[in-house]
Amino acid sequence: MIKKEMIAMLLAGGQGSRLGVLTANVAKPAVAFGGKYRIIDFPLSNCINSGVDTVGVLTQYQPLRLNTHIGIGIPWDLDRNIGGVSILPPYEKSTSSEWYTGTANAIYQNLEFMEYYNPEYVLILGGDHIYKMDYEVMLEFHKANKADITLATIPVPMEEASRFGVVITDENKKILEFEEKPEKPRSNLASMGIYIFSWKVLREALITLKDQKGCDFGKHIIPYCHERGDRIFAYEYNGYWKDVGTLGSYWESNMELIDLVPVFNLYEEFWKIYTKSDIIPPQYISEDAVIDKAIIGEGTEIYGKVYNSVIGSGVTIEEGVEIRDSIVMNGVTIGKNCIIEKAIIADNVVIGDDVIMGEGEEVPNKLRPDIYAFGLVTIGENSTVPSGVKIGKNTAISGKTTLEDYKENCLESGENIIKAGER
Amino acid sequence: MRAIGIILAGGNSNKMGKLTTRRAIAAMPIAGGYRSIDFALSNMSNSHIQKVAVFTQYNAKSLNEHLNSSKWWDFGRKQGGLFVFTPTITADNGFWFRGTADAMAQNISFLKNSHEPYVVIASGDGVYKLDYNKVLEYHINKKADITIVTKRVPATEDATRFGCVQVDSENRITDFEEKPIVSTGNLVSAGIYIIRRRQLIEFLEKAEEEERYDFVQDIIVRHKNIKRIYSYEFEDYWSNIATVDSYFKTNMDFLNKDIRNYFFKQYPDVYSRIEDLPPAKYNLGSKVSNSLISSGCIVNGEVSNSILFKKAYIGNNTVIKNSIILNDVFIGDNVYIENCIVESRDTIRPNSTYVGEPDHIRIVVEHNERFVL
Repeated sequence: MIKKEMIAMLLAGGQGSRLGVLTANVAKPAVAFGGKYRIIDFPLSNCINSGVDTVGVLTQYQPLRLNTHIGIGIPWDLDRNIGGVSILPPYEKSTSSEWYTGTANAIYQNLEFMEYYNPEYVLILGGDHIYKMDYEVMLEFHKANKADITLATIPVPMEEASRFGVVITDENKKILEFEEKPEKPRSNLASMGIYIFSWKVLREALITLKDQKGCDFGKHIIPYCHERGDRIFAYEYNGYWKDVGTLGSYWESNMELIDLVPVFNLYEEFWKIYTKSDIIPPQYISEDAVIDKAIIGEGTEIYGKVYNSVIGSGVTIEEGVEIRDSIVMNGVTIGKNCIIEKAIIADNVVIGDDVIMGEGEEVPNKLRPDIYAFGLVTIGENSTVPSGVKIGKNTAISGKTTLEDYKENCLESGENIIKAGER
Repeated sequence: MRAIGIILAGGNSNKMGKLTTRRAIAAMPIAGGYRSIDFALSNMSNSHIQKVAVFTQYNAKSLNEHLNSSKWWDFGRKQGGLFVFTPTITADNGFWFRGTADAMAQNISFLKNSHEPYVVIASGDGVYKLDYNKVLEYHINKKADITIVTKRVPATEDATRFGCVQVDSENRITDFEEKPIVSTGNLVSAGIYIIRRRQLIEFLEKAEEEERYDFVQDIIVRHKNIKRIYSYEFEDYWSNIATVDSYFKTNMDFLNKDIRNYFFKQYPDVYSRIEDLPPAKYNLGSKVSNSLISSGCIVNGEVSNSILFKKAYIGNNTVIKNSIILNDVFIGDNVYIENCIVESRDTIRPNSTYVGEPDHIRIVVEHNERFVL
């Protein structure tokens, strides 16, 4: 009979709407990160590096990119005879058919998947954080405490603790109380959204709460288990952990990779991060190119000047371009003599010649000031920007834009061009 | 499928100097991200040849490491696959591979147990992109017994290190001289042959009986007047890397945009083993021009007209000019390197200088201890 000690369930169905046009057509875990990776590479690599070789990836929102990226799991050695990676979308049932209405509901709808592997423990992961973590050490902690549930937590600065869900523990790290975004936090241990459940506990809780609308781990399952007196422990993680939920934090954590010795070091032999690489050739830096502080992916050709930026694979940056403090994802083409400052340019964007980006006053975005902030220009994937236009700060562009979309060849700060549905 | 593939990768060449003391030529790193054999393997895969044998003998450690899985070239199939043949002692044979024909003859069962009517034989030291189906079409149309892919080399290149070929107006080979003392023309064999499988088996068995072991000398040259041997002249880029000069030049050719586009951007791709290295990193003060930089590199100094293979570390104030830095090399601070090939896994101490001549490239082999931060 098949027996896996611990299997992982990776929640990858969320849109991540705070990333704006970056996730207009792809799920957040499939967004590019750090020159050649995608966000989901981090939890998937953590799984295989921790010896977890059975991973269910729950998809729902725009899964195409995610599906093609994961495939049968070859890049992560997750192509296995027994186990490996399985993609688990919502499916039609004889009695009812529903979408995944919440994190726990999604897991509940895949009870059979988990039962098939007959696990002792189930690891619940999100697909939207950048970190390296050994889940096996967390499991040791879980076992040593004879816990029913273990939450991974990270100490955050006290003044920021009110932005997180924090836990209050006794001296043995047993959780006494939960506080969701408390005004006056009594602890600085924030939950990372990573849980290890003893399988029986999880199964019982999911079945009991199966009719709960939008059943969620943080809101329903954990409080339910806490109330009935389950042993819940906080595992303290002290490494690099970054939520890339907003454009600002996404930009910032990419920029941290180009520090002289980055806190999150991708160059260590130990704990490699794997990804699907279609592009093998080296990058070419031309005679007149200038590169000052950057990381650059495979197959990219640079003829212009790059300062303080993260450039993906298969990118072409033409002559006369000056690009600063920006993130350019895979397959982007940037035409001649463009000047680009503080922009996030998603996969396969084509930018014409003489485009000026990130110029002007910082004005709040008119559509979503909460999303398009930080002075960034954000361009969604497969978009086109015509030659000769000027684009201000806190702006968003998505779709194949032409000169007619720009008033007097200009997109003022705070404005947007969102051409949904066009290809 | 109509053909199986054979790649002859057992060879060594004294013309490669110190570079092949550590590996077979077929495992020589090329253009930053590849190894020489990737070109033949990718061509086979892209020509829909599903069953490929690689014959290795000389120092195959790097090569075997590179061929650790057949999935990179899409050979991980139920039908066909990648077969690596190294010399083994059997009940009736205790010899090494005594030549290319002997290598195939010792593994004749591979040929006998296949059902495909044709065999494509290629060497592991050519850098080129070729759809072997086109050659096969030609072979069938010409009703040839053997078709040899040939290439016209420029007058500047020394043709005497190749097999020199003479053809008649129909492209039938009238003369074939292997490594002649004086070159008889500039049409040379590219080391790629197509032959009917049964015909090859017949040739090999006969040669083995007569104790002849070389495919070119003992089979092709001896049959040049008896069998219909045709030349298929290849027009696109082809380079053989088996001398230091041609190895250096072939790599440097990739700094040319047209050649880069031809190999890297035009369909179909060249495949290689994926090593999961992070993106290349350029720190403050780095200065790079007209160079190829591979993944996993960290550049602090100055690099121009050079190729950095994977995982090269270039220290502060270090200058690299017109050089090739092979895989996993650590170069300390204040180093000056010009016109050199720096061998894989070298560690270059700070404040050292290595200078070669433009027409006499220096090969640097240094095994200092590496203190990693």
